[in-house]
Amino acid sequence: MFQVRIHGRGGQGVVTAAELLSVAAFLEGKHSQAFPMFGSERTGAPVVAFCRFSDQPIRLREPIVEPDALIVQDPTLLHQVDLFAGVGHETYILINTSRSLEALGIGEFLATLQPERVLAVPATELAREHVGRPLPNAALLGAFAALTGAISIDSVTAAIRDRFSGRIADANVTAAEAAHELAAARGDQVPVHA
Amino acid sequence: MRSQLEGSLAVAKAVALCRPEVISAYPISPQTHIVEALSDLVRTGELAPCEYLMVESEFAAMSAAIGASATGARAYTATASQGLLYMAEALYNASGLGLPIVMTVANRAIGAPINIWNDHSDAMSQRDSGWIQLYAESNQEAVDLHIQAFRLAEELSVPVMVCMDGFVLTHAIEPVELPTQEQVDAFLPTFDPRQVLDPDDPVTIGAMVGPEAFAEVKYLMHAKQMQALDLIPEISGAFSQAFGRTSGGLVHAYRSADAETIVVALGSVLGTIEEVVDELRTEGVRIGAVGVTCFRPYPLDEIRAALQGAKRVVVLEKAFAVGLGGIVGQNVRLALSGLPVQVYDTVAGLGGRPITRRTLRTLVTDVLEERLEPDRLAFLDLDWKLVERELQRLSDNRRSGPHAENILRDVGTVAASAHGGPR
Repeated sequence: MFQVRIHGRGGQGVVTAAELLSVAAFLEGKHSQAFPMFGSERTGAPVVAFCRFSDQPIRLREPIVEPDALIVQDPTLLHQVDLFAGVGHETYILINTSRSLEALGIGEFLATLQPERVLAVPATELAREHVGRPLPNAALLGAFAALTGAISIDSVTAAIRDRFSGRIADANVTAAEAAHELAAARGDQVPVHA
Repeated sequence: MRSQLEGSLAVAKAVALCRPEVISAYPISPQTHIVEALSDLVRTGELAPCEYLMVESEFAAMSAAIGASATGARAYTATASQGLLYMAEALYNASGLGLPIVMTVANRAIGAPINIWNDHSDAMSQRDSGWIQLYAESNQEAVDLHIQAFRLAEELSVPVMVCMDGFVLTHAIEPVELPTQEQVDAFLPTFDPRQVLDPDDPVTIGAMVGPEAFAEVKYLMHAKQMQALDLIPEISGAFSQAFGRTSGGLVHAYRSADAETIVVALGSVLGTIEEVVDELRTEGVRIGAVGVTCFRPYPLDEIRAALQGAKRVVVLEKAFAVGLGGIVGQNVRLALSGLPVQVYDTVAGLGGRPITRRTLRTLVTDVLEERLEPDRLAFLDLDWKLVERELQRLSDNRRSGPHAENILRDVGTVAASAHGGPR
């Protein structure tokens, strides 16, 4: 079982990100489950969504308390929400920012983790460039595929095409591939999740 | 076909495959996605012929469904929480008249305090309304139960409520096997009503009945529910023959045959309970689970048979009877009367509080190590300090203020917690 927790704000597509990830896993023949933890939904309010996938059918319905990977769509949440709750030495961390992790003031905490499992990616900038709107989902999932190896980039782009069509799909696929390339280029090779 | 779908969408598609002729609904979280999807299927003509009525309230939704059903149309609606309460009067009319309406309840807490999240307070409040109540463990089962519900409702001429946990199931995206139209058509015959309003052959549906016959007409509601105890397993069996998977029935037993301890629950929490059963089994604990799929009619004999070999039964329920205790717990005790089985009653998951493997393990350990008293209501994860502080304020100060605001101030919550885990 691989468990992912995604943090963002209402309107950024947190729930869609979890759904896309679950579809990507489904397309690989895995069992997968995505679900949101809604507050009373308001644009800009902190939102959490979860995705877990496995080779076995999934019966578990609890929220993901100890994630294998954490995706942060909006680093301003750092000051509002306990983003790193349940994060351990093995956890992958992907943060959407064009700044360095040190500049976000979390360098010290992240230094306790495995450096090759922590990644900042300018997903919003990539989305502006390729999609024309600041919706970082596709780029983050592309980077997620490169960072964790838990899902292939082909499955991510197939999930995007499953959900969107036409130019919107093309633009998001380009953003996902650009982020994937950026993330893959950072390390010497793409790590493979066991 | 197997698809990765949101639970609400899967249920909407399953309902559409049942070819309802009238859908009347009013949106309320967490049910909204179901009726939104259905209205879309009607708009695009994918579901035809079907009239979709966007009514002004839940009372109107059920009233319109009653009218439609009485004219011989297959009628469907969905609701949750306060919406179910708002249609309460009409619910009793639907069941008292014996109209085979099918309704999804996307289970949600009842206010006050206002809360949009999942528990079973809504459906439990209407358990004695004369509707059959089925509880889905997964989105697959929710899909399958709807298809079975129409057949059950129409065979007996009783209304059926299919309960699925709000958000936990309605908003979960997971693999669901959706049957084909041909499969559903073969399983679910065209609606052949036992009573119908027809100008060419006039009858009165809903005649006033005085003391001379009221009890007899009422008794028929009970008689039909007793018939449902035989028909539900039969339909579940026919379903598994036709669709190749097991869904529905009265109770689900999981590793309970030789279990000393059995956890009893309804709905989606059973998945997490089964995970904990597996964990504890590998540690040598003889534990199992029994899911109550059909809560009304109450399958007394089947529950007694499923539990009678246990030393102790832990009932985990997402609602309670204020001033008394557990609802499912009372029903389980009735099924076990005269047997030397200890029943522990635990209320959990109220207002969307997550029920986790960790807290379930703690509960089972507390029971096994006799830290809980049987026959005494317990609350899983209740923060006693918060309760005691508010009780103290009540005794210290005449104008102690509103409970919800006082307790929220103590908790210090304004925004949602980081991951929604137990506090």
